[in-house]
Amino acid sequence: MAASIEFERVQYRLPSGVAVLDDVSFTVEPGDVLVLVGRSGVGKTTILRLINHLLLPSTGEIRVEGRATAAWDPIALRRRTGYVLQEVGLFPHMTVGRNIAVVPHLEGWPEARIRARCVELLALVGLDPISYEGRFPHELSGGQRQRVGVARALAADPPVLLMDEPFGALDPLTRSELHREFRRIQGQLRKTVVMVTHDMAEAFALATRLGVLDQGRLVALDTPDAIARAGDPRIRMFLEALPPIPVISREPV
Amino acid sequence: MNLFNFWLSHRPDMLVAIAQHVVLVLAATATAIAIGLPLGIVAARRPRLGAPLLAFTNIVQTVPSLAMFGFLVAVPLIGGVGARSALIVLILYGLLPVMRNTVAGIQGIDRAVRSAGVAMGMTARQLLLQVELPLAMPTIVAGVRVAAVVGVGAATIAAAIGAGGLGDFIFRGLSMTDPTVILAGAVPAALLALAVDAGLGWLERVLTPGAARHRLLTLRAMVAGVIALMVVVAGGFALSGRWGTRVIIGSKNFTEQVILGELLAQAVERATNLRVDRRLNLGGTFISEEALRAGAIDAYIEYTGTALTAIFHQPTSRDRAEVYSRVAAAYAESGRTVLPPLGFNNTFAILVRTADARRLGLKTISDVVPHAPKWKAAFGYEFLEREDGYKGLVRTYGLRFREPPRVMDLTLIYRALASGAVDLIAGDATHGLIKGLDLFMLEDDRRYFPPYDAIPVVRTQTLAAHPELRTAIERLAGRVSEEAMREMNYDVDVRRRDASAVVREFLDRLGS
Repeated sequence: MAASIEFERVQYRLPSGVAVLDDVSFTVEPGDVLVLVGRSGVGKTTILRLINHLLLPSTGEIRVEGRATAAWDPIALRRRTGYVLQEVGLFPHMTVGRNIAVVPHLEGWPEARIRARCVELLALVGLDPISYEGRFPHELSGGQRQRVGVARALAADPPVLLMDEPFGALDPLTRSELHREFRRIQGQLRKTVVMVTHDMAEAFALATRLGVLDQGRLVALDTPDAIARAGDPRIRMFLEALPPIPVISREPV
Repeated sequence: MNLFNFWLSHRPDMLVAIAQHVVLVLAATATAIAIGLPLGIVAARRPRLGAPLLAFTNIVQTVPSLAMFGFLVAVPLIGGVGARSALIVLILYGLLPVMRNTVAGIQGIDRAVRSAGVAMGMTARQLLLQVELPLAMPTIVAGVRVAAVVGVGAATIAAAIGAGGLGDFIFRGLSMTDPTVILAGAVPAALLALAVDAGLGWLERVLTPGAARHRLLTLRAMVAGVIALMVVVAGGFALSGRWGTRVIIGSKNFTEQVILGELLAQAVERATNLRVDRRLNLGGTFISEEALRAGAIDAYIEYTGTALTAIFHQPTSRDRAEVYSRVAAAYAESGRTVLPPLGFNNTFAILVRTADARRLGLKTISDVVPHAPKWKAAFGYEFLEREDGYKGLVRTYGLRFREPPRVMDLTLIYRALASGAVDLIAGDATHGLIKGLDLFMLEDDRRYFPPYDAIPVVRTQTLAAHPELRTAIERLAGRVSEEAMREMNYDVDVRRRDASAVVREFLDRLGS
């Protein structure tokens, strides 16, 4: 099966010449959940923005579904790529239903199919379609908003899902609740997911593959278990600098 | 109450003025939106392009409206007098709030919301129409609200260049020093501003996100509003778009000039089949001259002495016949024809209160010289500037006042003298308030002031196209005496009668 996302010797420099990413190569297989960890400003979000053509690499190549991002029509690529942000970014002037329907609308789906999809997705993310579809974002709690954000990203059934610290702004209880929900949904849908976080607990709870970024380089990429056992002093140092990892109760996905 | 009686008796005029006002503001605001919204969108996207645009509209905003109207009269193509240049000025004033609020509205959108739209695969156009504009809409409507309310106010000033509207009453009231007439225009203008403010304020609230349950209602209201606006604007253009043969008569902005404009207009209407448009109450000499030169008006009444010094910048003379022939020659060179004088000489009048004149035994300007150092004087702006005005007067008579003379609007200067605020003014010899306020005109014993014979000045081109115009106007030659003029001025200024009615009666008497 073709790899879903490949980075090949990718370098990304700012116009000022500062390299944000340097010689990054990795592959995400379909259905994998790759979680990238690292300090702030280490280039985690840049990797996400490179995948859906919000940015183009300075050198190297990124391939999505086997095709270089530079060769994709950016609009078509973005519509095949769900994006979930920490700030969610729901459109405040649209109801929950309209927010979820944005991409299907852009894609010109018939109204009846959009409606059905909307109901299906709200149920999937654990919100009662009847009482939530007509609400406005400001009438929701933070956790509910992020559920809608996930539903919106999944609306047109994209094969790839990019998540930029999706649960970072939530309280710990809501966060672990959403972690459970995420694992349940991912078990059903098997999307190719690239997620960015600096919460190690979250990374170990959700990842099938875990990547560690340091100073623009990918210093490790392996299963969470292998990373936890790693002997490389750079990775050990990095892991020890992070907050202690609470008890991991990872259910098999 | 006076005000209500005035409204009742001027109902048709009032309705026309309100309609003109509304059409002017609507058309200007609609155009300001049509230009300002796209410019605002561009400015929001490209700040480097937007900054100079905003700076330009900022500068425009600081120009006082009266100055802007005066300036525009002399500009070819877009300028001139009447509703068109008024529209231009109002559009310029409306641009800033619309543009600035569009920029602020778009730039104020949460960055996460915009990047969500981009990341979801919206094109620039989809992002603009589905996200940015709907979210910026309350701010944009707030800008439109400011533009419309400012427009209602500025449109009153537009009457100064003959655009009509409620300002007509305000200016008429000022020149008649009649507060009732001022209020007759000012009160509806204020109410209109409040109504516009409230209406757009409501729209702003409805468009705010979260209030979107009323979306359908809003949409209907907006569509209805836009249709109504288009109907009104189209109707306005249909009303003003009388492109048939017409002659445009102008006048300056004081009572006598309005009467004389009306006199010219009615004389033409009585004797010919030409349609007459009135552009009365244009600013001062300079605006009327520019309007005539540019062809924005076809004829108005000028005074020989004024034309010679203020328009043609030639030295004055005391010989009436010589002044007339020199003025006629100068006008002829610049494509205008002077027809025979109406008969009266509206020279400058140096005025004092009759009580002072009697107490001090004043008869002539020379008699004033010993008292002047204790007195305050006030003059109109034009008089202070003109060759044949203040400077020559003090030189000829050796006059010295207690303090430098005050500059005062011509419409207020007679009352200032009567109330004792000043002791000596220069006014018009034929002004109705001289009689109405019991003022005394001092004799120009050194014959300083040149003659100011009232003469019809007509564009030669217009005369050639309509020879019957000449015959119609020449019928007035020598028929308007100083006494007749002062009488008409008195009727309008002091007895508060309508200029058109006063002129009608005068022409009826002339015809019999």
